[in-house]
Amino acid sequence: MTQRYRAALAAASLCWAAMPAHAEKVTDFTLANGLQVVVIEDHRAPVVTQMVWYKVGAADEAPGHSGIAHFLEHLMFKGTDDVPSGQFSAIVEAQGGSDNAFTSWDYTTYFQRVAADRLDMMMTLEADRMRDLRLTEEDVTTERQVILEERNQRTDSDPAALFGEQLRAAQFLNHPYGLPIIGWRHEIEQLDRQEALDFYRTYYAPNNAILVVAGDVDPAQVRTLAEKHYGPLEPTATIPPRERPQEPPQRAERRLAMADPQIAQPYVSRSYLAPARKSGDQKQAAALAVLAELLGGSGTTSVLAKALAFDNPKAVYVSADYDGEAMDDGLFSLAIAPVPGVSLDEAEAAMDGVIDQFLKDGVDPAALERIKAQVRAAQIYGNDDVEGLAQRYGEALAVGLTIDDVKAWPDVLQSVTADDVMAAARQVLNRDNAVTGHLGQVQETTP
Amino acid sequence: MIRLRVATLLAALLFAMPLRAEIAVQEVTSPGGITAWLVEDHEIPFTALDIAFQGGTSLDLPGERGAVNLMAATLEEGAGEMDAQAFAEARDSLAAGFGFDASQDAVSISARFLTENRDQAVDLLRQAIIAPRFDQSAIDRVRGQVLSGLASDATDPSSIAGETFNALAFGKHPYGSEDSGTPESVAALTRDDLIEAKARTMARDRLHVAAVGDITPEQLGQVLDRLFGDLPEMGAPLPGRATWQAPGGVKVVDFDSPQSVVVFGQSGMRRDDPDFFAAYILNEILGGSRFSARLMTEVREKRGLTYGIGTYLMPMAYGEALMGQMATANATAGQAIDLIRQEWARMAKDGVSAEELAATKTYLTGSYPLRFDGNGQIAEILVGMQMDGLSPDYITTRNAKIEAVTQDDIKRVAARLLTPDALQFVVVGQPDGVKSTE
Repeated sequence: MTQRYRAALAAASLCWAAMPAHAEKVTDFTLANGLQVVVIEDHRAPVVTQMVWYKVGAADEAPGHSGIAHFLEHLMFKGTDDVPSGQFSAIVEAQGGSDNAFTSWDYTTYFQRVAADRLDMMMTLEADRMRDLRLTEEDVTTERQVILEERNQRTDSDPAALFGEQLRAAQFLNHPYGLPIIGWRHEIEQLDRQEALDFYRTYYAPNNAILVVAGDVDPAQVRTLAEKHYGPLEPTATIPPRERPQEPPQRAERRLAMADPQIAQPYVSRSYLAPARKSGDQKQAAALAVLAELLGGSGTTSVLAKALAFDNPKAVYVSADYDGEAMDDGLFSLAIAPVPGVSLDEAEAAMDGVIDQFLKDGVDPAALERIKAQVRAAQIYGNDDVEGLAQRYGEALAVGLTIDDVKAWPDVLQSVTADDVMAAARQVLNRDNAVTGHLGQVQETTP
Repeated sequence: MIRLRVATLLAALLFAMPLRAEIAVQEVTSPGGITAWLVEDHEIPFTALDIAFQGGTSLDLPGERGAVNLMAATLEEGAGEMDAQAFAEARDSLAAGFGFDASQDAVSISARFLTENRDQAVDLLRQAIIAPRFDQSAIDRVRGQVLSGLASDATDPSSIAGETFNALAFGKHPYGSEDSGTPESVAALTRDDLIEAKARTMARDRLHVAAVGDITPEQLGQVLDRLFGDLPEMGAPLPGRATWQAPGGVKVVDFDSPQSVVVFGQSGMRRDDPDFFAAYILNEILGGSRFSARLMTEVREKRGLTYGIGTYLMPMAYGEALMGQMATANATAGQAIDLIRQEWARMAKDGVSAEELAATKTYLTGSYPLRFDGNGQIAEILVGMQMDGLSPDYITTRNAKIEAVTQDDIKRVAARLLTPDALQFVVVGQPDGVKSTE
């Protein structure tokens, strides 16, 4: 995820903990023009968050034009026929509010956080820029420089980020998930005003968006306001279908190695193509989420940590992660950062040894029980974070899941058995279907 | 049609009254005499607890830099009868969450636990606070993580810039050095050093506590005695004040990267200074987090020289700074530094306009209540207020203090606070045409 400014939002990675609020506090409806609306109530503080999720992201870009979705995200703050260039954020700030936006492969999201009685105004602004963006050449030229500096800062100055970009490109031979969200530098340099406007006119429409309103609001009042502000907007009949080129079967293991003097802590990363959550059929994704938690969720008690970070340790750090919130197949990832004196080859072999042993031994029932206790608790803790809930609903809907899928997710997680976990593990943890990376300070022998 | 609506709303804006933060803080004293702030909210069946022991890593003994940090990071790696794994399993079975942290001003603990197993969770947390084991194997494991982090910091331009700046600004005071320690000092730390670091920092005479959520004053009183009753009464004397030592000018640290990281700053304003709020508004207009701040406007929005630039006041317990940071291509580092100097001088000379002041007041007073929107966040804010020596009624009086600041106040404070010649820059990169000053 890359963002207009500042660090990425939290959430996202802990998808096993993605919980809805008390079911009765979430309502949804769809306007006549196709805009889907979700309302999440939390009346403890007089605050509201408005998020608009467009169902378009970096994976929807035309070949050779990487970065246009993210570029447009920046340009959406420039101005409309009603709001002068650069004034959008100033207007929100003058209300004591804050606003920002972020882009991923599958969605582009804009949000404001303000006092609950200012929702009417936030909707005026957001609805206005859904259809009436105005861009000058000067806006575009300056903002392209900002994005090149963003790329400088977040990617080109950071060998770990550069390596991550290479790994991803190797993982997806054919699917646009292999593109960096911010874009390849040589393609960013060529993005122009017309291209941004074309992308905007193609994809930004009420029938390609989800409005999430979360906080101290009444669903009936939100409906009235949404109909007043978003209701008059024309839908677009020609939204392109989200049919991305899919990955061919992987026939050969893919391995990459990179060295950089900035890398003081070398590591091995391994990622496997893994199925995403599917609407109406989330069982396998839930098993993978639990698997990631079992293997690497805790730095102390997970399978990898227990085996590699204790008693004659080989690792300073281990992790396992599953990203199942995606339109198309996502990633299941492992990583190990070895202690001094252990090579990347040895670290990788040790990690693979633990995985092999896990595939033989199966799931520790006590560990599975602890994870389920935490899943139950996450439903309680989750209610303390209404913005996190808004994020989870918006993201799920933007990648093709439904409200029912989101509401069912805790129960699906709760129903995962040890057999489900092992079946998912056997299917996904296949080295022939993986990308392995070695990032070191000095070049080792090519793996 | 929409145009009219936007115009109408913009006009209405001038009359929008800021919200009041309605947070009912109770001051609770336990049977054993330990005090805490409480916000009762029984809607969600859990409690967030925030704890700070004032002093923190600044209480490291000479030659033992990093001891308090390593100690805090090892607190939950085994306690009482449990080794590290048994402790983590017990915590996860209860679905409780504990975070242990050490900073220059405090050793802090953030906890959350469910109402249904509160007593068990509190007993577990008590073990980590009162009876951590500091097993040699746990110390060595966590030490490995700290050393790995220090090695990465040593090749990270932002870390290099920050450390270089702090050393220039605060010299031999603990604020002048990295509080995780050096590879040498961390390698030499012993179990006894950690035990001593805990005794120096975690005592009842410097304790701040806030609880928010599903708990009554009586229940909290019991929790306080259970968690802290067996801690030592007194810790080590608190650190002395730091004096600002940066000479001003530019220091370049050569680093092979497409960008230069620029850290800049000068002496700041004490939190208890009568002019603190004027300085706070001044900073918000000069380099606050908003896109409309002057530096963001000049350096990013108008010229595209950076992805982000910001300044912030750092009123720490024993010293203060006004700091800023940005990153820009090596070719434009000189231009960006000139722009920062210009804005510093402009603010020092002219202060702010009436429009800037009014818009910033609306933003600051309007955004303040928005902070109080989760049990964990509220608990953290309340402990921060205690660290700053504020009373609970600050929540209701704070916006009036913002409103009271005038243009003249800011002009006076700008002249006092901002001294363009004393502005210190540290540049890490290979900036074109930028040289260290003598």
